Amino acid sequence: MTETTTRQVTFDVRRYEPGTDAEPHWESHRIDVLPGMTVLDGLWKVKELSAPSLAWRSSCRMGICGSCGMLINGRPRLACNTQIAELKSDVVAVAPLPNFSIIKDLVPDLRPMFETHRELMPYLIRDDVEEQDDPTREYWQTPHELEHYLQFSYCIKCGCCMAACPTVATDPQYAGPMPLGQAQRYDADSRDGGFAQRREALSGGRGPWRCHFAGECSQVCPKGVDPAKAIQLMKGEMVADLLRLRKRRAPAPLVEPPKGPRREEIPAAPERTVTEA
Amino acid sequence: MQTRARPNRLGIRGWVVGGRWGFERYLYTLHRLSGLGLLAYFVMHIFVTSTRAIGPESWDQAMSAVSGPLFAVGEYLVFAAFAFHAVNGIRLGAIELGFAVGRPIEPVYPYETSVGRQRRLARAVLMIAFVVAVWGGLDFFAWK
Amino acid sequence: MRDRTLWTWHIGAGLVILVLLGLHMTIMHLSATLGFLGVADAEPTEWASVAARAGSLFFTLTYVLLLGAALYHGFYGFRNILMELDPGRTLRRVIDVGLSVVGLALFAFGTWAALAAPGAATMGG
Ligand code: SF4
Ligand code: SF4
Ligand code: FES
Repeated sequence: MTETTTRQVTFDVRRYEPGTDAEPHWESHRIDVLPGMTVLDGLWKVKELSAPSLAWRSSCRMGICGSCGMLINGRPRLACNTQIAELKSDVVAVAPLPNFSIIKDLVPDLRPMFETHRELMPYLIRDDVEEQDDPTREYWQTPHELEHYLQFSYCIKCGCCMAACPTVATDPQYAGPMPLGQAQRYDADSRDGGFAQRREALSGGRGPWRCHFAGECSQVCPKGVDPAKAIQLMKGEMVADLLRLRKRRAPAPLVEPPKGPRREEIPAAPERTVTEA
Repeated sequence: MQTRARPNRLGIRGWVVGGRWGFERYLYTLHRLSGLGLLAYFVMHIFVTSTRAIGPESWDQAMSAVSGPLFAVGEYLVFAAFAFHAVNGIRLGAIELGFAVGRPIEPVYPYETSVGRQRRLARAVLMIAFVVAVWGGLDFFAWK
Repeated sequence: MRDRTLWTWHIGAGLVILVLLGLHMTIMHLSATLGFLGVADAEPTEWASVAARAGSLFFTLTYVLLLGAALYHGFYGFRNILMELDPGRTLRRVIDVGLSVVGLALFAFGTWAALAAPGAATMGG
């Protein structure tokens, strides 16, 4: 029989109701905590028992959708990915991610981050547009080439890194670790040919030159993406490019997918549902 | 959609306390402070030493104006700031050009970050800067 | 990509400073250390030593180089800090122009002082 010892924990929640509250304020709630409960579970309990209007974002509750980034006991983390027990404290203080405006309670306005992300072109840039829209073959990439960007591609855009970065704390022009990391993710992709375009998009105060490797972003990233690493590699590449030392490469070529014998039990691909517009 | 979102940037507070994880954060603050201090001293230094263009008298005058224990300690602080700023600057240069952060890896829990990768370098920086500063201190004040 | 160029020069200037200021600090302040190394020198701030250095082409050249590198490195770093405080458009312009003017003026003044010292190793004497 498993022993389920409950204990009481205080949830201090930072609340802000736009239009009503002039300033955000803390609100205290006591709840019973079972072993294995996450901060997200705790928030549901608070909402259920004593604060029905409490607002936050969450969806997958398994660290994959990137919506539940919050400032938990002073550190940006995913609420669903943080056990209450691991905080080793009887007080759980939950505030919205700093460096983003507050929409309500624990809901940060992530739009500026996503806008910058889009402006840095986080997608493959190639000349063969028709092939990308309607693929006939595959882009050639070795497992080794995959490793150059795989780590950065695990980013779930939760914004925890942005909340930890000292430069983002004062400078709204600076793109911040997430968008820069994602720009590097595509720059480092052997199938991509957009380095020069992204280099132009990175000019001015938003570029990687505002990063001074305080390293906070990588310390808090819940997915091990290490945006600080991506940014330093990006700077290295860009300086090499300036000094004409950067190796130029054409984006990966198209190849026929391998044609082996087809196993019987694998069904054929379903019919296309999307037709030409 | 327009929201009445409330600004929540940490501001200059974020330079010092943002996340409080990793002592690289303090090296970053110290690098800025020592840099500003060195710059201020340097500008002063240009004016003081330019007196030599006028001749020996004005030079000697300037030198005696900046002598005395207070200035000796001040000069030593400049030396120590330079020692730190220089050694930490080497670390930052190596990191920011992408040399000391390692290659991208498969993120397997518990995550090893570039910050962890260069941590030994950061410790070495502190030690070397400390040794240089102590050595300089002995030379400044003890070995006359 | 002006920022990239400025930043790269910042790193380059840092390297120059590392070497030259290291030398400068050792000569000026670490007299005992120099003694250990067997290059015992006269008191470096005595007028005679100052004049001797002013008469040396090596010292004059490195002074000017160090002056330029240190001013650039310092003022770019300072600008960085100011820019991160998110000044408005006009203020940014003021900072850029102001720091450039002050930096250049200090460079001109320092170069003059290095070259005009009595007996300085300049072509005019
Ligand atoms: S880099 Fe990490 S912390 Fe930043 S948005 Fe991506 S997953 Fe979140
Ligand atoms: S390493 Fe760079 S991007 Fe990351 S927190 Fe520090 S300054 Fe910001
Ligand atoms: S709810 Fe999806 S990451 Fe936490």
